[in-house]
Amino acid sequence: MIKANGLVSITDCDKDDILRILDLAEQFEKHPNPHLLDGKLVATLFFEPSTRTRLSFETAVQRLGGRVIGFSDAATSSSSKGETLHDTIKMVSNYVDLIVMRHPVEGAARYASEVAGVPVINAGDGANQHPTQTMLDLYSIKKTQGRLDNLTISMVGDLKYGRTVHSLLQAMQYFNPTYNFVAPPELRMPEQYRLFCEEKGLKYKEETDLNAVLKTSDILYMTRVQQERFTDPVEYEKVRNTYTLRNSMLEDTKDNLRILHPLPRITEIAADVDANPKAYYFEQARNGVFARQAVICSILGLV
Amino acid sequence: MKASHTELIVRALENGTVIDHIPAEKLFKIVSILNLDTIADQITIGNNLESKKLGKKGVIKIADKVFKAEELNKIALLAPTARINIVKNYEVVEKIDLSLPEQINDILQCVNPMCVTNKQPVATRFDLTDRKRGLLKCHYCERALSLSEIVLK
Ligand SMILES: [Zn+2]
Repeated sequence: MIKANGLVSITDCDKDDILRILDLAEQFEKHPNPHLLDGKLVATLFFEPSTRTRLSFETAVQRLGGRVIGFSDAATSSSSKGETLHDTIKMVSNYVDLIVMRHPVEGAARYASEVAGVPVINAGDGANQHPTQTMLDLYSIKKTQGRLDNLTISMVGDLKYGRTVHSLLQAMQYFNPTYNFVAPPELRMPEQYRLFCEEKGLKYKEETDLNAVLKTSDILYMTRVQQERFTDPVEYEKVRNTYTLRNSMLEDTKDNLRILHPLPRITEIAADVDANPKAYYFEQARNGVFARQAVICSILGLV
Repeated sequence: MKASHTELIVRALENGTVIDHIPAEKLFKIVSILNLDTIADQITIGNNLESKKLGKKGVIKIADKVFKAEELNKIALLAPTARINIVKNYEVVEKIDLSLPEQINDILQCVNPMCVTNKQPVATRFDLTDRKRGLLKCHYCERALSLSEIVLK
C-alpha cells in the first residue's frame, strides 16, 4: 500500500495502488484540472542535478495550480555547508506540503520519509529506486497496449545497474509478464532479480542477442549502456554497437510493439528509429507529467 | 572426561545464563559482540569442548545475567545453532530457542558503500525476507544479502 508518508519505492505499491495511479493518470491526461493544487507548496530538493526529472515534477505541480520551491543541485543547498540530510529535511518540512527529492545516496529518500513531517516522493536515490519513473513506464505500457496483462517485455542493455528495469520488473509481477533479459554477460540481470522472478513464477529468458527477441516482443525497453561500467574501453565499444537498435531491425516485429527508453539515450537507439511509429520514448516522457500528477494528488489525499 | 567437565561447569552456575553449542570459531566473536569482556559479572568461558553435533563447541556461562532480546538477536545472527539456558538454583528453568527476528535493528552494517546508513548518521535496519534461505534486505538501500555475507557493526 502507498503510505501517507509518501512514495519511496515501487515495492511499497500493491496491484491496487498501481491500477489506481494509472487510472488517475489517464484522468489527468483527459481532463486537466488547473486548480487541484491551489494553495499547495511543493519542495523539489535535488541533491544531484536531473533537469529532466525536476522539470517533469515541477510541470506536474504547476499545471495543477500548485507552487514549487527548492534547489536543483547540492552546491546551492545547505548540505554543501555540511548540514545533515536529517536537518535539511526537518527544516524544509516546516515550509511545504510535500517534498520531492533526488539524492545520490541509496536509501536517502526512505530515511527522509521517516524524519519529515510531510510526505516524501523519491525522485531517484542513487542506483536504487525511482518509483514515478516506473509509474510512467507502466502508464505508457498500458496506454500503448490497452492492457498490462500477458505481455512479452524485453529489457535490453545495462540490466545490472539499470534501476528502471529492476523496478519495472518488480512492478509487472502482478500482470503475468514474459520477460526477455538481453544483455552482455558483464551486465546481466542480477541474481536478486532472477530469484525474484522464480519466486513469483514469472517467465524469463536470458539472451545476449537483441535480434533473438525482436519478433516476439510487445515492449522493447531499451536502457543506456554507460562507459563507466566498463574497465576495458574496447569492450565498451563492442557492447555499445551490439545493443544499438536500428530501424531496419524493426521490419518483422509485431504491429503493437512499442519501444520505450527512460532517456536520455546515447547511441542505443539510432536516430532513424525516431520516425518509426513504434518509437514511443518521447511520448513516454510526456506521460511522466500525468503519472506524477496522479502520485502527488493521491499522496496528498486530493483524489 | 571432557563431556563431564562441561557438565560440571554448567552445573556450577547458581543463577544466570548459559550459552551452549556455540561453534568454536564463533565463540570469541560472540564474547566481543555482547561486550562480555567488560562486564563485571562472574563469567566462565570454555572453548574447543567436544560436541557430537558441532565437532568442537564453545560454552559461555554468566552469573546473574539475563540477555535482552537484542542481545539474543546478535547471538542468533552469529551462531543460530547456539542454545540458551536460563539457570536458577543450579537448575535449567528455561530454554530459549534462537530465531531471527523479522527486523534487525542497528546490529549489522550495510555492505553497500553508497547506502545512506554508511553516509549519514542513520541507524541500520534489515528486514528478514526469506527465513528458509537466510536472506535479508537493507530497509534503506534495498540491497539483498545472505546471512553468510553479513557484517557486524
Ligand atoms: Zn543499505
